[in-house]
Amino acid sequence: MTGFPTLFYKELLRFYKVSFQTILAPVVTALLYLLVFASTFKGRPDILPGVSYAAFLIPGLMMMSMIQNAFANSSSSLIQSKIAGNLIFILLSPLSALEFFLAFVGASVVRALCVAAGVYVAAVFFVALPIRHPVFLALFGLLGSAALGALGIIAGIWAERFDQLAGFQNFVVVPLSFLSGVFYSLRDLPPFWRTLSRLNPLLYMIDGFRYGFFGTSDVSPALSLAMVAGFCAAVSLIALALVGRGYRLRN
Amino acid sequence: MSVGCAEPAIAVAGLHKRFARVHAVRGIDLEVRRGEFFGLLGPNGAGKSTLINILAGLTRADAGHAAICGHDVVTDYRAARRALGVVPQEIVFDPFFTVREVLAIQAGYFGLRGAADKAWQEELLAALMLADKGDANMRALSGGMKRRVLIAQALVHRPQVVILDEPTAGVDVELRASLWVFVRRLHEEGHTIVLTTHYLEEAEALCGRIAIMQDGGIVALDTKEALLRRAVSKTLRVTTAEPAVAVPEGLAPKLRKRTGQILEFTLQQGTDSIPEVLESLRAAGHVVTDIATEQASLEEVFLALTHRGARASVGGAEGPWSGPASRTGP
Repeated sequence: MTGFPTLFYKELLRFYKVSFQTILAPVVTALLYLLVFASTFKGRPDILPGVSYAAFLIPGLMMMSMIQNAFANSSSSLIQSKIAGNLIFILLSPLSALEFFLAFVGASVVRALCVAAGVYVAAVFFVALPIRHPVFLALFGLLGSAALGALGIIAGIWAERFDQLAGFQNFVVVPLSFLSGVFYSLRDLPPFWRTLSRLNPLLYMIDGFRYGFFGTSDVSPALSLAMVAGFCAAVSLIALALVGRGYRLRN
Repeated sequence: MSVGCAEPAIAVAGLHKRFARVHAVRGIDLEVRRGEFFGLLGPNGAGKSTLINILAGLTRADAGHAAICGHDVVTDYRAARRALGVVPQEIVFDPFFTVREVLAIQAGYFGLRGAADKAWQEELLAALMLADKGDANMRALSGGMKRRVLIAQALVHRPQVVILDEPTAGVDVELRASLWVFVRRLHEEGHTIVLTTHYLEEAEALCGRIAIMQDGGIVALDTKEALLRRAVSKTLRVTTAEPAVAVPEGLAPKLRKRTGQILEFTLQQGTDSIPEVLESLRAAGHVVTDIATEQASLEEVFLALTHRGARASVGGAEGPWSGPASRTGP
């Protein structure tokens, strides 16, 4: 693991140098969602007992921001390096596939946590937000953003053009994150859509993350944790296999 | 002296690589010895870059083996990559970082983060005339400066073997000269240098042994002197007292160029004789005031080997050095 610290540091430095775009912009976007939805649905019956709609929204918005930014970090770094050609500097080095994977996923997790912290710090000025189960909160936050960081590696390796990556993001990641219970409870959906939603792995990330705050959830937290851990393991194995084989990296 | 490498610097055996319908590398066997300044020449599409990419681990071979200093580039890739520095052909850079950051990051990939490693990076910056640009973002550099940064990046881990893939393409004359001074210094310090270039005079001036590639194979591999000896023709330039209106009939096929009093003949080595040409001119009434001979250049040898039908100044299958030389070694 001699090269891992440097690649990890380089990936952190990459998003830190453009933190206006990579941290501040997603925090502002999440707060705008909060402002618009909380104002629009002000006065509606509580989704969770004793939890205002604004408070209900915040964990979902935090997790959605983590999902989207963890994916964006690894995928955009890879596609930019591939297209600009500077990925060669990593490929010429003695870094192993595991070091490569851990550095990209690690940086994605850090960026996701920075965005989530930004949303939380800004939101708690307006809405009281208890943390009932900090361990679950940490587990879902880490596993969820690691899973999307790994998915970003897969997409970044697969895509050969920016529009292919944009397609993956706009037609897969964004719809799945919007349809994962950020703005509503699974119990409010008709049975067909409720069943369909259960196929969405991102639903378990958001539901479990919300459980960490409020101690109540639509799905059992143990099941959610198993689903998120399973999804994270699956995409990580695929990403590691692709990096190890050099698929679309070492032609 | 060679830099810490007991095995051959590069050893390649039975290497093949196909891309869709293109057989880019066709069964290459090659050995580059420690401390050599080795030239790898060939027209575009000959397979040079594919061979280099296989050595660097950027491309996986379909068959065969390649090793750097005895380390297989696939099974022992970490040691192989530590022993190899590659200056890529394309100017590529990471737009997020400064020159110093780029070098520190590249060294860090090899686990080199100590004070001595920082000092070596500063030495590289100074040697490549980049010291005053160390804190500039890569985007702010000229093309020539970016190319020098690429060279510094390839050397941050002090590799025993350095491959320069057309390092002077598009570089101005002054910078090219300073680059060669630096590369010569590396060679004198014991590094094995492998150079690909389209400037054949550079290869002729720098390289001890040269391989010429075509269509994925090696068509010639020998010392520079031996390659130049392969040229079966040389030029005889004769100056006459008066402008030569006509040359003797027997010399007409050998006459390549006539400019006023200067006649240029192409003579076949082994069959044509300079005294006979001069005697023939004198017999025809010409007064010869000066003569000069010129050996074939590497460029002529290269053209003859890679465009066999176009010229015939190098021996072919019926010549003194027939057939592809695809294997060498001590």
